Amino acid sequence: MNLEYFFSLFLGGLTRGSIYALIALGYTMVYGIIKLINFAHGEIYMIGAFTALIIGAALAMTGLNPILIFVLACLAAIIYSAAYGVTIEKLAYRPLRKAPRLSVLISAIGMSIFLQNYVLLAQTSDFLPFPNLLPEMKILDPISHLMTTSQFLILVSTAVVMILLTILIKFTRMGKAMRATAQDTDMAKLVGINVDRVISLTFLIGSATAALGGVLISSHIGQINFYIGFIAGIKAFVAAVLGGIGSIPGAVLGSFVLGLTESFGTGYISSDYEDAFAFIILIVILIFKPSGLLGRKENEKV
Amino acid sequence: MKKILVLLLISFVTFGAFATGQGEGGTIKIGVAGAHSGDLASYGIPSIKAAELVVDMYNAKGGVLGKQIELVIEDDVCKPEVATNTAAKLVGEEVVAVIGHICSGATKAALGIYKDENIITISPSATNPPLTKSGDYPNFLRTIAPDDAQADVEVTFAVDKMGFKKIAVLHDKGDYGKGFAEFCKAQLETRSGVEVVLYEGIQVGAVDYSAIINKVGNSGAEAVIFGGYHPEASKLISQMKKKNMDIAFLSDDGVKDPTFIKVAGEYSEGVYATGPVDTSSNPMAVKAVEDHKAKYGEEPGAFFLNAYAATIAVLNAIDKAGTTEYEAVSAALRSEYVETPLGKISFDANGDAIGVGFAVYQVQNGVYVELK
Repeated sequence: MNLEYFFSLFLGGLTRGSIYALIALGYTMVYGIIKLINFAHGEIYMIGAFTALIIGAALAMTGLNPILIFVLACLAAIIYSAAYGVTIEKLAYRPLRKAPRLSVLISAIGMSIFLQNYVLLAQTSDFLPFPNLLPEMKILDPISHLMTTSQFLILVSTAVVMILLTILIKFTRMGKAMRATAQDTDMAKLVGINVDRVISLTFLIGSATAALGGVLISSHIGQINFYIGFIAGIKAFVAAVLGGIGSIPGAVLGSFVLGLTESFGTGYISSDYEDAFAFIILIVILIFKPSGLLGRKENEKV
Repeated sequence: MKKILVLLLISFVTFGAFATGQGEGGTIKIGVAGAHSGDLASYGIPSIKAAELVVDMYNAKGGVLGKQIELVIEDDVCKPEVATNTAAKLVGEEVVAVIGHICSGATKAALGIYKDENIITISPSATNPPLTKSGDYPNFLRTIAPDDAQADVEVTFAVDKMGFKKIAVLHDKGDYGKGFAEFCKAQLETRSGVEVVLYEGIQVGAVDYSAIINKVGNSGAEAVIFGGYHPEASKLISQMKKKNMDIAFLSDDGVKDPTFIKVAGEYSEGVYATGPVDTSSNPMAVKAVEDHKAKYGEEPGAFFLNAYAATIAVLNAIDKAGTTEYEAVSAALRSEYVETPLGKISFDANGDAIGVGFAVYQVQNGVYVELK
């Protein structure tokens, strides 16, 4: 048993899991509150990456410090994508608030395809190089380059986002309002919660974390195109369902389970079946625990 | 009111029929099919430009058989399921020959349709060997050497010239990439003292490739041979280089594309890739490239010369056959040698071009350089 190999697969799995987690948060929060699978969410991640690329390229001409450029590009991506998220909700989901769930779902799929094609036309269909702005610091170097700076950054940012989000939801007034809305929208309205604002905020937070994921992974692998949101979005959605959709810790757990499964599956069995592993895990868990790992059984309101 | 509407509709349909009827015989239609959008568009678009340049040249001289040539351009996005629609559309347009398709998978899907309609199909880039060697598609020809020839060049280079003993073979699970990888693996296994330490397909579009790269590192490979296209290749090579892995990277003509260098940037330095032999000093090739620059204001892209040669071969065969009849044109393609930017070529009984081959290139200072 080669320990170093095991460890690098483990870190690779964590990195991948972190990216899934940053996207899955948006799926699970939106589902928790308005019971909608926001299929346009993967595209928000892709738009975040493109925004960072464009802002980064513009800032690079000013000759700023690369790390500062990276931070500014990240911020720009987060703000821009959050605005996109809120706008999508206003345009495509709010008018359908009282419509059957299926209509909203179709609206979401439509939004996803629209955004993909919009970026395709506005930008290009080619893969674009994403500049490597982070210096290599050789973290954990004694054991031969186990981790790159970008990997380290992905893990740390995910942890920070998780902690901030937990604080927001558990300990603030807004968090309380979110939990109340998730439990019963009508009742929340009756006690004076501005439900529309809560929903907008949910989209804002979810989009912001997805955009962060998009920027981080693009700088990690060094390239983007208009299609990256689709596959990452599907995987993150699987992770959210795996952990129990609607549950925030569940989404994180599901993402890490998925990331590690893929990484170890590839490392010890074969990458031929990478996607197969992910979906077998999903099927097995859903057979034995239909609500997902940390999901609650939901009682239909009568 | 309704009756008038119905009448109007009927008359439109009838006029429509007359309109197409009159169109026939006016021009000779040649289809151009391939990936014209999507992430592999950089392989398909040069073919359109090549066909346009050749057709402009012929049309300026009065066309072929006294008729002007018209191009019908259809996109297949390099997807087999789209390619069948593309093929059906071209059949509907009554083209006499098709330049394309670009990707082997899409080509294979479309070929059955062309075969039923007796339409000559010449691909500038579909290198999957069974397309010609299986004998299933007598209407198919190509102006590029097949993958087994390419795998032969690749393995000879890796083993005999570079002396690699432990080689990992990866592919993208696609018709083209996997086919190439399988040929390399088979070739490597016949060499004594050479070991294929890893043979696997990677998940195209995966969020990252760190797991498979760790696996390559762990396998003790001295070199990686990758079968597939440039988007995956650039991700693989940049992640390998970021991890400071000192493993040679060899790939195919799907990677021998300037876009690969553009995307992989500094990480592409030193990468080997096989590709069609450089014929850029051929006078016809020089002229074709100059015409391209004059008309489109840029350097031509991948498979431009192959598509140029394919278009010339078809038009020449129609001219020599004196008709657009399938049998006659098909025979002319196989019997008449024609001057093209790839040199003087003809086609063998299978449909492979005689006189084209592969060479090994390496990225040096941001450009592919042919290794002699």
